[in-house]
Amino acid sequence: MTAILRTAWLVARKDLMVEARSRELAYTTLFFAMACLLVFAFGFVRGDGRAPDDAAAGILWVTVVFSGTLALGRAFERERSGETLRALLLAPVERAAIYLGKLLALIVLIVGVEVIIVPVVGLLFSAPVGRAPWMLLGLLASGTIGFAAVGTLFAAMLVRAQSRDVLLPIVLYPIVVPMVIGGVRGTVAIFAAEPNLALAEAWLGILVFFDAVFLTLALWTFAPVMSE
Amino acid sequence: MRMTDRLVPVLIAIALVMFVRAPFLLATAPYEASMGVVSKIFYFHVPAAMTMFVTAFVCGIASVVYVIRRSRLADHVAVAAAELAVLFGLIVLVTGPLWARKAWGVWWQWDARLTMTLVMWMVFVAYLLLRRFGGPGSEMLAAVVSVFGMALVPFVYWSVNLWRTMHPTTNVLPSLPGSMLRPFLWCLTAFLCFYAALLLTRVRLEASRAALDDAFAAREE
Repeated sequence: MTAILRTAWLVARKDLMVEARSRELAYTTLFFAMACLLVFAFGFVRGDGRAPDDAAAGILWVTVVFSGTLALGRAFERERSGETLRALLLAPVERAAIYLGKLLALIVLIVGVEVIIVPVVGLLFSAPVGRAPWMLLGLLASGTIGFAAVGTLFAAMLVRAQSRDVLLPIVLYPIVVPMVIGGVRGTVAIFAAEPNLALAEAWLGILVFFDAVFLTLALWTFAPVMSE
Repeated sequence: MRMTDRLVPVLIAIALVMFVRAPFLLATAPYEASMGVVSKIFYFHVPAAMTMFVTAFVCGIASVVYVIRRSRLADHVAVAAAELAVLFGLIVLVTGPLWARKAWGVWWQWDARLTMTLVMWMVFVAYLLLRRFGGPGSEMLAAVVSVFGMALVPFVYWSVNLWRTMHPTTNVLPSLPGSMLRPFLWCLTAFLCFYAALLLTRVRLEASRAALDDAFAAREE
C-alpha cells in the first residue's frame, strides 16, 4: 500500500514539476475561468448591476467544472503529444499508482484555480465566501475530488480515441451531475440570506459518498481500460 | 441462439396482441378524479420508465461482465440495451411533459425525478456517441461509462426523497385500485415483451455485424 502511495506521489511530483516549469495549464485554466466569469456576468447580472442571490454558487461551480475540463484535456494532451503516457504505462508499477498520481496532480491544479476564483466570485457577485469557510472548503474539496476522479479516468482512456476533445465533456458531464448538484445546493445553503449549515452538511455527506463510489470504480476500471 | 431466435416471433406476437387490446382496456378504466383523460398517459409513461430502468441495469451489468471477462456477447448485449434505453427514455421524456403540461401547468420542471431521468438518458446517449465516434477500442471505454452510469441509478431514487419533488412518488403504484392496476400491469407486460423481443433481435444483429467484421478483417490479412 505504501509502495503504491509512494509511486503515486512520484507521478504527481513529476506532473507538478513539469507544470511548475511551463505553467501552461495554470495560466490558461485560470484565464479561461476568468473568461467564464465574464460571460456569466453578462448572462446573469440585472439592470441594477447585481446578480440574483442564488446565482453566485452556480457561477462558481460551473466555472470550476468548465475550467477543470480544460485542464483535464490539456494534461493528457501533453502526455499524448510526447508519447510519454505509453512510457508511463510500461513502467513496472501498479496501474492504480499511475492513476492516483495523475489524479493528485490534477486535484492540486484545480484547487489552485479555486483558491483564486472563490475570492473573485465573492468580490464580483457579492457572495459571502467568508461566512462558513470550512464548510465551503469541504464542499469544494469533495466536489473537486469526485469530478477529478471521473475526469482523470475518462481523459486517460480517451487519449487514444478519435474526437477526444468533444467526447470528454459529453461523457463526463452527465456522470458528474451529482457533484454539481451537491456542490451548488450546498453552496447555495451557505450563501443564502438565512444560511442553513445543516443542509450544507447533508450535501457534503452526499459528495463524500460519491467521492468514495467514483474513486472505487475508477481504481477498479483503470487497469483493464489502460491495458489495451 | 437457436432458442432465442424462435422466442422472438412469439414475444412480438404477444406484445402485438396486448398493445392492440390495451386502448380498449384503458378506455374502460376509471378516470382519475382531478386529471381526466390525460391521466391515461400513466399507462404508457410508467411502463416505459420501468423498462428504461430494466434496460439500464441490463446494460450496466453486461458492461461489468465485459470489463471483467472481455466477453463479446456481453458487449453485444450492452450496446443493444443502451440503444433501447435511449428509445424507451425518449418515450418517457415525450409522454412525461404531455402529462405535466396538464397536471402542473408547465412542460418541464427541474425536479429530482425528472432531472435524474434526463441525466440517465444522456448517459446512454453519450455511451452511443462514444461507440460511434470514439474509433477502435471504444467498446471498453463505453463499458466504463455505462458502469458509472449504473452507479448513478440509486441516486435517482434517493434524490426523490432528499430533494424537492412534484413527481408522484414510487408509493403511488401499490395504492392503485384494481380497476386501474389491471390495465397498468397489462401495459407493463406488453412493454416488457416488446423490449425482450427488440433486445434479442438487436443482440443477434450485433453478433452478425461483428462476425462480418471479423470475416472482412481475416480476408484483408
